[in-house]
Amino acid sequence: MVAVAAPRQLPRKALIIGAIVLAWLVLWLLLRNIGTLPLDASAMTPLHRWINSINDAVGASRNSNPLFLYFFNEIRLVINEFVTFVQALIAQPSFGRPVPVIGWLGVVGIAGFVSLVVAGWRVALLAVAGFVFLGLQGLWQESMDTLSLTLAAVVISLLIGIPLGIWAGLSDRANRVMTPVLDFMQTMPTFVYLAPLTLFFLIGPASATIATLIYAAPPAIRITAHAIRSVPRNTVEASESLGATRKQTLVKVLLPSARKTIVLGVNQTIMAALSMVTIAALIDAPGLGKTVVKALQTLDVGTAFNAGLAIVVLAIVLDRVTTAATERRTLPRWALFSGLGVTGVTVYFSYTYLWAAEFPSEVEIGSSIRKGATAVTEWAQDSLTVLTGGFKDFVTWALINPLQALLAESPWFLVALVIVALSFLIGGVRCAVVSAACVGLLVATGLWQDSMITLASTLVATIMVMILGVVVGVWMGRSRRADRVIRPILDAGQVMPAFVYLVPFLALFAASRFTAIIAAVVFAAPVAIKIIADGIRAVSPATVEASTALGSSSWQTIVKVQLPMARGALTLAANQGLIYVLSMVVVGGLVGAGALGYDVVAGFSQSNLYGKGLAAGVAIVVLGVMLDRLTQAAAKRWTN
Amino acid sequence: MARHNVLGAVLVGALALSGCGGAKVGDSSSGATGDCGTFNLAVNPWVGYEANAAVLAYVAEKELKCKVTKKELKEEVAWQGFGTGEVDAVVENWGHDDLRKKYIDEQKTAVSAGSTGVKGQIGWYVPPWLAKEHPDILDWNNLNKYADQFKTSESGDKGQLLDGDPSFVTNDEALVKNLSLNYKVVYGGSETALIQAFRQAEKDKKWVIGYFYSPQWLLNEIKLEKVKLPEYKAGCDADAEKVACDYPDYDLDKIVSKKFADANGPAFQLVKNFKWTNEDQNTVAKYIAEDKMKPEDAAKKWVEANGDKVKAWMAKA
Repeated sequence: MVAVAAPRQLPRKALIIGAIVLAWLVLWLLLRNIGTLPLDASAMTPLHRWINSINDAVGASRNSNPLFLYFFNEIRLVINEFVTFVQALIAQPSFGRPVPVIGWLGVVGIAGFVSLVVAGWRVALLAVAGFVFLGLQGLWQESMDTLSLTLAAVVISLLIGIPLGIWAGLSDRANRVMTPVLDFMQTMPTFVYLAPLTLFFLIGPASATIATLIYAAPPAIRITAHAIRSVPRNTVEASESLGATRKQTLVKVLLPSARKTIVLGVNQTIMAALSMVTIAALIDAPGLGKTVVKALQTLDVGTAFNAGLAIVVLAIVLDRVTTAATERRTLPRWALFSGLGVTGVTVYFSYTYLWAAEFPSEVEIGSSIRKGATAVTEWAQDSLTVLTGGFKDFVTWALINPLQALLAESPWFLVALVIVALSFLIGGVRCAVVSAACVGLLVATGLWQDSMITLASTLVATIMVMILGVVVGVWMGRSRRADRVIRPILDAGQVMPAFVYLVPFLALFAASRFTAIIAAVVFAAPVAIKIIADGIRAVSPATVEASTALGSSSWQTIVKVQLPMARGALTLAANQGLIYVLSMVVVGGLVGAGALGYDVVAGFSQSNLYGKGLAAGVAIVVLGVMLDRLTQAAAKRWTN
Repeated sequence: MARHNVLGAVLVGALALSGCGGAKVGDSSSGATGDCGTFNLAVNPWVGYEANAAVLAYVAEKELKCKVTKKELKEEVAWQGFGTGEVDAVVENWGHDDLRKKYIDEQKTAVSAGSTGVKGQIGWYVPPWLAKEHPDILDWNNLNKYADQFKTSESGDKGQLLDGDPSFVTNDEALVKNLSLNYKVVYGGSETALIQAFRQAEKDKKWVIGYFYSPQWLLNEIKLEKVKLPEYKAGCDADAEKVACDYPDYDLDKIVSKKFADANGPAFQLVKNFKWTNEDQNTVAKYIAEDKMKPEDAAKKWVEANGDKVKAWMAKA
C-alpha cells in the first residue's frame, strides 16, 4: 500500500487535464451542435463586407492618391530596375543582344568560382554539376529567371533584415515589437496579399519580389537578432570595459562573433525565397514557377516535376554553399588567381560565342525526366489506389472525424473554456490570457467553425509529422550513412513545389481532408526530422556508450537515454512542425480540405469574397500564434 | 628560341580556340517589331483561354507585327490590371458579373469587346460509364435514389457533390438545399482536383458527380455527361439563396481596358473582330493539352489551316 509513492506535480497536472477532457466529452454529448457558429461557403459577415469595401476604395483611388504616386510607385520603380538588371545579366536577352550578357558557361564559371572561394572545392564541384544539370533539363532560361528573382529578393531581404535584426538583437523593446509582426508575415497566407500587392505595385517583377521578401525576410531578421543575443555577455562587457564605443563593440565584437549564425539566416532566407517560386508565378513572376503552374493546367506531372526538380537542385546548391560558408577558409593564392582566370575566360566566351551563351539543346535529359516522372505517377495511380483509399478512409474515420466532431460540433464557448483552461495549466496566467485573446479573435473573424475544422486537421497532421520525425530522426541521428542518404530527400520535400505532388496525391486519396493532411506532412516532416536528428546526435556519445555498456538494448538506449535527453529538440520539432503544417492550410484548400484554406483560395479567386478570404487568413495567423505560444510554454515546462 | 616556341604555342592555341569558337553573338539579326506597339494580353489559367490567347498573340505578332506581352494571371488580378494599365485585354470571360460591375460600371476602366463566339456551359456532370449503366441518373429527379452510392469520407451519410476551383460562380449549395437533394457539397478547391476525380472515376468505374464546364480539354478525353437540372429561365437565379434552376448558358466574351479601346489600334481591332467556335477552340486546346504542343506552335498550326477565318478578323482593320 505504501509502496506507491505519492506522485509529484506533473502526474497531478495530467490528472486535471484528463478530467477537463472528460468533462468536455460529456458536455459535448449534451450540447452537440449548439452554438457552433457555422458560416456557409458563400455566406459573409458584415466584417467581411466592410473589408471588401476598403479594398474597392483603395483600388478606385489608385491613380489619384499621393501615397501611390510618390511612395509605392517609387519603390516599384527601384525594385523593377534592380530585378530587370539582374535578369539582363544572366536570364533575358538584353542591351540589344539576342541573349543575356553572361551566357550559361559564364554563369557556371561564376557559380563554381564563388563556391570555391566561400565553400571549398567539393561544394564548388557540386555547384558546377548542379548548374549544368539545370541546362540539361532544358530549363536554363527559366532557372536563371528564377535565380534572378530569388537573388534580388534575398539581397533586398538582407539589406532590410540584417540591420533590423541587429536592432532587435540590441534592444529588447524593438524585439518585442518585431516578433508579432514577423509571426504575422510568416504565417499570413500569401494568397491573401497577392492580389492587393498587384494593386499597390502593379503586375511585374516588383510585386513578385515583394511577395517573396515578405515571406523571406523574417528568418534573416530573427536569426540575426538571435545571433547578436547569443554573443556571451562577458565578451561584450570586456569590450565595453576597455572603453569601446557602442559602435566599436558592434562592429568589432558582436558582428564577428555572430557571423556564423547570421550566415545561417542568409541560408534560411534563400530557402524561404525559393519556396515562393510557384506562388509568385500566379502574378506573372517569370521562371520555373510558371512552368509548374502551366503544366498543371493539363495535369502534366512530368513537366511539372522536371521544373520542380530544377527548383530543388537550385535550393540544394544554394543551401550547401551558404552552409559551408559559415566555416572560415582561405584559398591558396595560386588557386584564387587561376580560378579567377578560368572564370574570366568562361564569362568572355559566354559573352562572345553563341555556343557558350545559349545552352546547347542537343544534349538534354529533360525529356527522360518528364517521361520517367509521368510513368511513375501513372503506375502509382493505377496500382496503389485500393490500398491508399482504404488507408485514407481508416484515418478519416478513426482520427480526423472524431477530433473534428469534438472541436467543430461543440458550442464555441465550451471549446474556448477548454482551450483557456488547458493554456492556464500548461503556461500559467500569461498563456491563458494569450489563448483567450486568440479565441476572441477567432470568433470575431466570423469563421469559428471553419477554424475548428482546420484546427482538427492541423493537429492530426502534426501528430503524423511527429511520428515520422521521431522514427526517421532517431534513425538518422544514430546512423551517419542514413543521414547522408535521407537528407537530400528531405531537402527535396521542403522545396519541391506542393503543386507537383498534389496531382498524384489527388489520384491516390481523392479530394479530401486527408489529402491535404498528407501534403502538409510531406512539407513539414523534413523540418521535424532534421531537428530531431540533430538533437539525437547532440546527446553526448559518452552517455550513450555508458548506457550500452550497462547492457541496454538499442531500444532501451533510444527510449531511456537518447529521446529524453533530446527533449529540447523534440519540443522544437513539434513547434516548427505545427507552424509548417499551418503554412500548408491554403494548399490544403486546393485539394479538398475546405474550411479556412478554401476560404482563402476563394477570396483570391472571387473579388466579392475577398473580405472573407482576408478574415480566414487572419484566423490562420491567430491559430498559429496560439499554438506557437502554447507549445513554447509546454516546452519550457518540460525541458526545465 | 625556346621563348618563341612558347609564344607560338600560345598563339596557335588561341587561334584554335577562336577558330572552333563557332558563331558569334549578334551574327544573326533579331526579329523586328512594327508600328503596332505593345499588346499586353492577360492569360488566365485554363487551356481554353490559352487557346484563344495563343491564336490572338500569333496573329498579332506575325500579321500586325505587334510586340505581344503575355501576362499569366488569374481573372481577379487580370481585371485589376485594366485600371493600372498593365493589361489590355482579357479574351475569354465567363460572366463575372461582380467584376463587370466593379470595373466596367463603377471604375469605368474596362469595356466589353463582344463575343468570342464560344458558348460556355456550367453544370453537374457524371463520368460516361455511369451515364451508360444508369441512364436515369442524368435527370436530377433521380439523384436522391443514388445518393448512397456517392458517399465518401468527406460527405458523411450524404452523397458527395464535388465542386472545384472557386473562380467560377457556383450555386450548388443553394441548389442542393432548394431541390431537397440528399447531398453535401464538398469543395475540392481546384480544377486539378475535379479532373483527377473524373479521370479516376471513369478508369475504376467509381461513382462521382461534380461541377464542371464545357468547353474544357478533358471532354476531348472523357465525354462527361451533363445532368439535367430544372430548366434555366431568365431571372430564376436572381436571388442566390433561392436558386432552384440550372446554370445559364454563357456567351463567353472579351473585355478590354478603356484606354486600349479608345486608342483603337490594330491590336484592338483584332481583339474586337476575333470570333470563332467551340470546335475551333477545342482543336487548339487539344493540340496544347493532349499533343503537348507549345501554345505558339498550336496557334501556328491552326492559323495555317484556317486562313480564311483569320482574314475575316483582319478585314475591317
